[in-house]
Amino acid sequence: MFKYYGKYVPYLFLLPAGLLLVVFFFIPFFQTIILSFQDYTYDIYNATYVGLQNYIELFKNPIFYKVLLNTFIYLVVAVPILAIIPLFLAILLNQQIRGITLYKILIYLPVIVSIVVAAIAFKWLYAEQGILNYLAQSLGFSSIGWLTDPKWAIYSVIIVTIWKGIGYYMMIYLAALMSVPKELYEACDIDGANFLTKHLNVTVPYIMPTIALIVTISSISAMKVFAEIYVMTKGGPLDSSKTIVYYIYERAFENLDLGYASAMAVVLLIIVMVFSLINILCFERNKYQL
Amino acid sequence: MKKILAKIGTHSVLILASILSIFPFLWLISTSLKGAGENIFAYPPVLIPQDFTFENYVGVWNRVNLLGYFINSMIVAAGTVILNLILSSLAAYPLARMEFRGKKITFFAILATIMIPFQAIMLPVYLITIKLHLIDTVSNAAGYIGLIMPFAVSAFGIFLMRQAFLGIPREMEEAAIVDGCNVFQIFWRVLLPMVKPSLAVLAIFTFIGSWGEFLWPSIVLTKESLYTLPVGVNNLQGMFSSNWRFIAAGSIISIIPIIIFFLAMQKYFISGENEGAVKG
Repeated sequence: MFKYYGKYVPYLFLLPAGLLLVVFFFIPFFQTIILSFQDYTYDIYNATYVGLQNYIELFKNPIFYKVLLNTFIYLVVAVPILAIIPLFLAILLNQQIRGITLYKILIYLPVIVSIVVAAIAFKWLYAEQGILNYLAQSLGFSSIGWLTDPKWAIYSVIIVTIWKGIGYYMMIYLAALMSVPKELYEACDIDGANFLTKHLNVTVPYIMPTIALIVTISSISAMKVFAEIYVMTKGGPLDSSKTIVYYIYERAFENLDLGYASAMAVVLLIIVMVFSLINILCFERNKYQL
Repeated sequence: MKKILAKIGTHSVLILASILSIFPFLWLISTSLKGAGENIFAYPPVLIPQDFTFENYVGVWNRVNLLGYFINSMIVAAGTVILNLILSSLAAYPLARMEFRGKKITFFAILATIMIPFQAIMLPVYLITIKLHLIDTVSNAAGYIGLIMPFAVSAFGIFLMRQAFLGIPREMEEAAIVDGCNVFQIFWRVLLPMVKPSLAVLAIFTFIGSWGEFLWPSIVLTKESLYTLPVGVNNLQGMFSSNWRFIAAGSIISIIPIIIFFLAMQKYFISGENEGAVKG
């Protein structure tokens, strides 16, 4: 096909989006790195270059390790659950049964609703004299400080993240399950395999790429958690539920410690970029037609 | 017999999952409908309100500008959606259909932005937004624009539209060229109408994303009159510290619009065809 457009036309089309991406992605990206080598604590308008000082401070600060540990707990707890429960539900929904649309709507509802409202709803369930403590007591346990006990707070917040993510990942699985050839199951049924062996031997291997995709994207979103923590615990008690993003927010916008916050942001950048790179190169090649 | 048992098992699990999914909302609704004469901390907890009343809804509606928050959210979401549709398709067209110098670099530069989490760069984004005077202390309009601009285009949208354009047969353009269309007419009159389904998907998921956005507005907003729904609802906690009836009523009011939107557009969310369209 001959060229029906002028030499500069492609750039003209790319210009508006390109400009915005430069202003709101690329410049901030490099500025984050630059800020992390600067100090603003003495004069907010005049930064001084301090080399690696922010990083040294960061690596000396016990809160930094606490925050990394919390993010790690988030990953280890939330990711496997978000890889398994949605798959199980998707398998159940991938049959001819009554009420399938209603089930999907109800299970997907938490995905749609604002995380702020979700966090408020759970805060109410977690209240000291709330319904969950009633449940705990009637099962013979003592009441739990869901959001006030440093042992429990992070897990209580993780539950909200999981609850809000299940419907989303379930729909991704459901799309993948539709592509599994029915004949594979028929062979299993003839052999008289039960539910578990059937799906472990047929479904799981067949949709392994989707499982891996969900592991990486749920890991990436677990590292970006903010609203749940802001609404429910503000990172407390005693930093027990503070994660990377909340810590950056706190240092940058509450303590105005721009350099230190940026050093933390660079750490987040590196971790997330590694996961994203794996994700794009291994699982989303089709989406971007690489 | 075995089949019936399997069916019962399936339904029990799905019913349990459905209840767990909506119970936090049900409990919030229940609390919001309980009057002053009923202890909301009663042991054992009571789901059906005994002292049934809509007073909490009236009370929170009169004290808090929920309608204003709703309008703010609408303005921001509508602006974000429209800009995403226009800018993404504009940028996607040359990436899908044209040859030009620097195409590969442009492609990978856009792809790279997918890997940059907003949370890591939000501080410079904030500093730039202030430098550009796109903040509500300047004017309300500037405040809205500042809420929209960092999300006005996304690599996700560009790639979605690029894929849509790639799916159109080249003969369409050839026919249009023979008919004497120029490049802008081809884009606007020939190609864009053919990618309407992808535009719809992009619009819906951008809308949901913008509607739920909490971090950015809570950083930039200083005026209560510009609060979007998530920021306003979070603020209820401070206003009514322990008045859970009001907090619950306000929260429930705030989710009604998005639930209506979801039910109206449900096929886009639960058909299984647009998997992965929402950003995680």
